[in-house]
Amino acid sequence: MPESYFPILLLLLIVGALASLILYLSRIIGPHEMTDAKAQPFESGIPAATPHHGSLSIRFYIIAMIFILFDIEVVFLYPWAVLFRRLGLFGFVEVVIFLGILTVGLAYAWRKGGLEWE
Amino acid sequence: MTLSMPPIPNLHAIAPEIIVLLTSLLVLLIDLIQLRGKKGGLAFLGAAGLALAGIFSYKLLQHPLATDIPGFAVDAYAQFFKIIFCLAGLMVIGISVRYLTLEGFSLGEYYSIILLAILGQMIMASGTHLLVIYVGLELMAISLYILAGFFKHHPKSNEAAVKYFLLGSFSSGIFLYGIMMAYGLTGSLDLSVIAGKVAGAELTGLLLLAVIMMGAGFAFKIAAVPFHFWTPDVYEGSPTSVTAFMSVGPKAAAFAALIRVFSSAFGTLRVEWTTLFICLSIATMVTGNLVALRQTNIKRMLAYSSIAHAGYLMVGFVAGGELGISSMLLYLRIYAFMNIGAFGVVILLNRVGGIGDRIDDFAGLSKVSRASAFVMLVFMLSLAGIPPTAGFAGKFYIFMAAVKNGYVWLAVIGVLNSAVSAYYYLRVIMRMYMVEPGDEPVLNVSTALSAILLIAVVGIIAIGIFPGFCLDLARTSVTSIL
Repeated sequence: MPESYFPILLLLLIVGALASLILYLSRIIGPHEMTDAKAQPFESGIPAATPHHGSLSIRFYIIAMIFILFDIEVVFLYPWAVLFRRLGLFGFVEVVIFLGILTVGLAYAWRKGGLEWE
Repeated sequence: MTLSMPPIPNLHAIAPEIIVLLTSLLVLLIDLIQLRGKKGGLAFLGAAGLALAGIFSYKLLQHPLATDIPGFAVDAYAQFFKIIFCLAGLMVIGISVRYLTLEGFSLGEYYSIILLAILGQMIMASGTHLLVIYVGLELMAISLYILAGFFKHHPKSNEAAVKYFLLGSFSSGIFLYGIMMAYGLTGSLDLSVIAGKVAGAELTGLLLLAVIMMGAGFAFKIAAVPFHFWTPDVYEGSPTSVTAFMSVGPKAAAFAALIRVFSSAFGTLRVEWTTLFICLSIATMVTGNLVALRQTNIKRMLAYSSIAHAGYLMVGFVAGGELGISSMLLYLRIYAFMNIGAFGVVILLNRVGGIGDRIDDFAGLSKVSRASAFVMLVFMLSLAGIPPTAGFAGKFYIFMAAVKNGYVWLAVIGVLNSAVSAYYYLRVIMRMYMVEPGDEPVLNVSTALSAILLIAVVGIIAIGIFPGFCLDLARTSVTSIL
């Protein structure tokens, strides 16, 4: 059985060798001159307007977590919608249970003020 | 693409899981309606749900139902573990109520998360498909990470949560690698299919690697040496009621899945993994007991004691067979009583802010409260394995199984370790009875806590004197998987 994974090992070796080769080439061929502009943090080519080490509001993380709630919901709802007819009543009941549990999570976040941004 | 319609599963067979999940959601929703209210009612609701789930599990143990849910077995073996989880959860909720109020963290989420962790444990005990086991493991583990950091203003609780999370997710990763290897080699995640493929194939290094990685994943959850480094810090930093929960439920759940995976999927590799678990077991017993001798904090001492107990349990696992496994099941049941009971007494002595965790705080407890000193005496004697407590009966059956299956020397090491452990358990008793009390300890007595301690003591003495009933139950459960 493990012999059939030989191509994957081969792929790993080739990828590793290629990556090292490219990094090595750019190191020996490319010019190395440090300028002021190069020392700046790169942000889409635009000069930084503010110092980049401020603190972020914790609300960003809460919003990100709530986003995951909806994200997972969509990930499971699409395949179910595609196979709606074939899954029939059983699939429908399962999805309702799934949505029910997620809705409790949303209700929790809502009631605890996770959606407010004053 | 062929799509076979899954049949409607027999819902009665998974009634315990459904009850626990619904109770958990209900607790969360009721908590949202009355944000500022008292949480005693929620605790009661959670406890009632667990009791009901436990009763259903007991009925299913007596009359196992055939189920057609793929990857999910509703055998007597799983039900035995589910009863342990429900019992442990019930006791933990009982010792939590007043403790949380005193510490100012009386929140409804606590009970909801405990119930979810128990749901995860139930799925682990029932899973016969590696991914089902993994999902159960993660549900339990993520709930526990939250619970470990539940006292969010205490630095130690935060430290415990972060340590537990980092090391726990790392061990989950190793476990997943093991699953991946097993899948790569056999082409299936179903335990019985893997068993068939493994029995036919010759032993290769990769297969051994899969066994070792999955063993390491489980060893982390049961806190076996050398995967135990998180245990003392996490047990010490977490809220005491959570520590009580962590030391029993997850350990039992990991053992449940470990026994099922190793004896069914890798049953033909018995010789190989027995060697592995003999080494783990000896290292775990010796390290746990020797380090526990030097502890001054009762929670750390109990953490090392729980490591040592994982070692004794692995002796039963190494012995194997109906005798070995049923003695483990019996021991886990007893362990739930004595360990949660011991943490209950720690909570009794707790003073706000994590003071009262020192072993010295037990000084002269017998003068302050005869009853609580006696209760702690029973738990300590039982943990040390001294008759007529249940701890003795549990250890007796484990070591007897080891002797009967030809591991006499392993049983001797276990008994010697037991003797060492008596020192640190007796030290607590000595402090309680022979030392004059220092500053007057304040006891946080509550009806629920007293009731739980009473149940634990009665359970320990009853099983200690009449182990037959529980042992028979364990034996019938074990026959369903062997």
